[in-house]
Amino acid sequence: MNYEAVIGLEVHVQVKTNSKVFTRVATGYGHEPNTLTDPVVLGLPGALPVMNKAALDAIIKAGLLLGCEIAPVCKWDRKNYFYPDSPKNYQISQYDQPICLGGAVEIELPGSARNVMGEHKKIPLTRIHLEEDVGKLNHGATDSLVDYNRAGTPLMEIVSDPAMQTAEEAYAYLTSLRATMIYGGISDCDMEKGQLRCDANISVRPVGQTKLGTKVELKNLNSISFVRDGIAHEIKRQLGLIERGGTILQETRDYDGMTGTSQSLRTKEEAHDYRYFPDPDLMPVTVDAEWKQRLQAECPELPFDKQRRFVEQYQLPYTLTSVLVWDRGLADYFEETVKISGAGKAQAVGNWIANDLLRELGNARLPLAESKVRPAHIADLVALVEAGTVLTNAAREIFVEMFATGDKPGAIAERRGLKAAPTDAGELEQWCRDAIAANAKALAEFKAGKDSAINAFKGPVMKAGKGKANPKLVDETLRRLLASM
Amino acid sequence: ALGQAAASDARRTAGQARGPLDGIPMGLKDVIAVTGQPLTASSKMLANFVSPYDATVTTRLKQAGAVLWGRLNCDEFAMGSSTENSAFHPTGNPWDTTRVPGGSSGGSSAALAAGEAIATLGSDTGGSIRQPAALCGVVGLKPTYGLVSRYGLVAFASSLDQIGPFARTVEDAAIVLGAIAGHDERDSTSFKTPIPDYRSQLGAKRGPWKLGIPKEYFGEGLDPEIGAATQKAIAFYEAQGCEIREVSLPHTQYCLDTYYIIATAEASSNLARYDGIRYGHRSKNAKDIVDLYYQSRAEGFGAEVKRRIILGTYVLSSGYYDAFYLRAQKVRTLIRQDFLNAYKEVDALITPTSPVPAFKIGEKTDPLALYLCDIYTIGVNLAGLPGISVPCGFTKSGLPIGLQLIGQPFQEANLLAIANEYERGHEWHLKTPNL
Repeated sequence: MNYEAVIGLEVHVQVKTNSKVFTRVATGYGHEPNTLTDPVVLGLPGALPVMNKAALDAIIKAGLLLGCEIAPVCKWDRKNYFYPDSPKNYQISQYDQPICLGGAVEIELPGSARNVMGEHKKIPLTRIHLEEDVGKLNHGATDSLVDYNRAGTPLMEIVSDPAMQTAEEAYAYLTSLRATMIYGGISDCDMEKGQLRCDANISVRPVGQTKLGTKVELKNLNSISFVRDGIAHEIKRQLGLIERGGTILQETRDYDGMTGTSQSLRTKEEAHDYRYFPDPDLMPVTVDAEWKQRLQAECPELPFDKQRRFVEQYQLPYTLTSVLVWDRGLADYFEETVKISGAGKAQAVGNWIANDLLRELGNARLPLAESKVRPAHIADLVALVEAGTVLTNAAREIFVEMFATGDKPGAIAERRGLKAAPTDAGELEQWCRDAIAANAKALAEFKAGKDSAINAFKGPVMKAGKGKANPKLVDETLRRLLASM
Repeated sequence: ALGQAAASDARRTAGQARGPLDGIPMGLKDVIAVTGQPLTASSKMLANFVSPYDATVTTRLKQAGAVLWGRLNCDEFAMGSSTENSAFHPTGNPWDTTRVPGGSSGGSSAALAAGEAIATLGSDTGGSIRQPAALCGVVGLKPTYGLVSRYGLVAFASSLDQIGPFARTVEDAAIVLGAIAGHDERDSTSFKTPIPDYRSQLGAKRGPWKLGIPKEYFGEGLDPEIGAATQKAIAFYEAQGCEIREVSLPHTQYCLDTYYIIATAEASSNLARYDGIRYGHRSKNAKDIVDLYYQSRAEGFGAEVKRRIILGTYVLSSGYYDAFYLRAQKVRTLIRQDFLNAYKEVDALITPTSPVPAFKIGEKTDPLALYLCDIYTIGVNLAGLPGISVPCGFTKSGLPIGLQLIGQPFQEANLLAIANEYERGHEWHLKTPNL
């Protein structure tokens, strides 16, 4: 019997706001323990929560970006359970009337080759709701310490339908979701800082069966890679159990990314009754059309949409768009440059950015915003190469200096004598004739209609010209000669 | 306190007195936070807790120049009707110190009646201001839910709690209310409504009024002397030109049950934070974290508090939520609707405040018997309405009797005027106990 896996992901994303979700204390990471606190954070007697509007804006925006329905009215509920990282021993969350319903995350699976776009799917979401984060526990040998700096940070819980089938899909889901949240300015999604956390629910069933199998919850998946590995491991574990005639126990398991193993944390019998009830300290929230419209106007184009548009509008190859779109700043920089250069130069512009600019930024460990090379610089350089004023190799050198100094490419070319030497037309024609004569096979192919055969002649011509021949002239000359043969 | 008093004197000498409350010594029920003062809620759980912050009402009283001194005893976590549930000691009623002052704000009413403060603050969840006011022969007001901020009030039942004043006269109560009432951005349940000058509004000629007598409030269990005093008060209003009508609040019989489901549910959650981890009592006998929770809370909480936490947890638990909590909330809407329907015909309601006068300390041992002390006050909290108790007589044995007036939402000015009308025609409020 063939089995299939069914996977659902619960992702917690910390919202990037100045202050916590229910009180005006700063959010932050890495601070001195228990300094980002006040009576509300610590759950002192008499403290009361007050809603943070920026957190609501962020989650509504996230919902709009993911195509969710924004509930016209939503409310807040108390999730009651005792744990030392929870100051009130209840967490303010949303139970049956969350702020976002439905929606979907578009994912891209790996293609057959690196330069081939893989299959796209939309993974439906069940809901997104807002809640408060808890503190952080540090376990020692004989005691534990708790730091409440994180307690009260606004947290979005994004719940997918159990609609994924492979660990690869889960991986793709997380990278897409993460990129979308960063794009929208909603979160930095740094998993090392706990800004994005993921639990997976995994079950298996015979292919064709609609009823879901017993699900296992997998926790402690600390990186996107661990999510993929952990899920793969769990699917294998469940299938192995079934093969040996065992039954899957409904439980929560803890995955250890280092060893690639998991162990049981707790079983269904020990599952909590959270005794949800509406929080009497907070009013329901009404989101009207005007509020939604205001936030919709702030929503950026999504990465995959942008990628599709780049392919169509600028005729860019898939791999190039993959490099350009995932950093929103980079994509904007690209389009600014193209605006100056003209759409016809989009691919050249794209290549300079994807290859040279990113390389230089990486080497210098500089963020794009601090680059001395601005769109106009690149546009100038592209124009110079296009006109034949500088050759490609020289242009590469110019770029490096441009990055270091911020000088204009034309000035650099002048100063360093990097302009292409004018080619003697007669010499050039001779090199071309020689190249054609030396390669009868290429000549035959070209005559037969294979245009790319012309490239076989260019190498020898450039060699003869010691790399300084203007490629455009070379091409023109070759074609003229070939046409007459 | 002496420092506060000296500062007030200085202001007064400089002609910069802040208003009627400047320099007035006031005590606050030990559930209201004052920076640097203990906030014990009369519980072993918080016996060592000192508040690092001010409740909003505290801030407002300080701004008004009041001298805040004395933490006033109460039933533990405001759960009780006699102050006998205080973890530390009961409080004696100044009119007969072998008897209870009422509860849960028994300390607030007793201190006032004994002349230890000019005015005090208490909190009222099911009658905990009005009932002790009645038993101690003073004025006690529970504002409309949402009028006074709950920020800094140790939460018992979030949808029922309100802070309110105890005072010797209706006018004094109006003054204190004016100082503490009004929207607070730190309390999301506080209401945005303009606050009138309650005190000067007392002078404005209002009335005569249409007053309703809820027939369900005069049945079994009402002490005959209290019943008689109430009837006399009704006759007084009639003589002033008020129209008296009998009204019906048909869901009255469900008030106690509804209250004890909703209040305990909210309390079970509000009191979860008391675990000894961040503050408060932490058991020394614990072996691990679960044990720490069990022991600290077993040691820190008294019997009545535990009883209510257990009941509240039960009514919220899986499989029972719909039958109890959800249903109780629906009945609550009906209870509120009863009052609002009555207000289509009348301006306010008159009832006794407490069915019994002050009973002996230790007399009522059955918790359910104590719950019955609240039958006339509890519906007012469920409906979120304002209510005031004013002294309206004494029993033959010299124990105070209180008259309750129940008003319309956010109509405290009118309610105070109605109460003031009664007070102007009587001298009960001038009597003081022999201590």
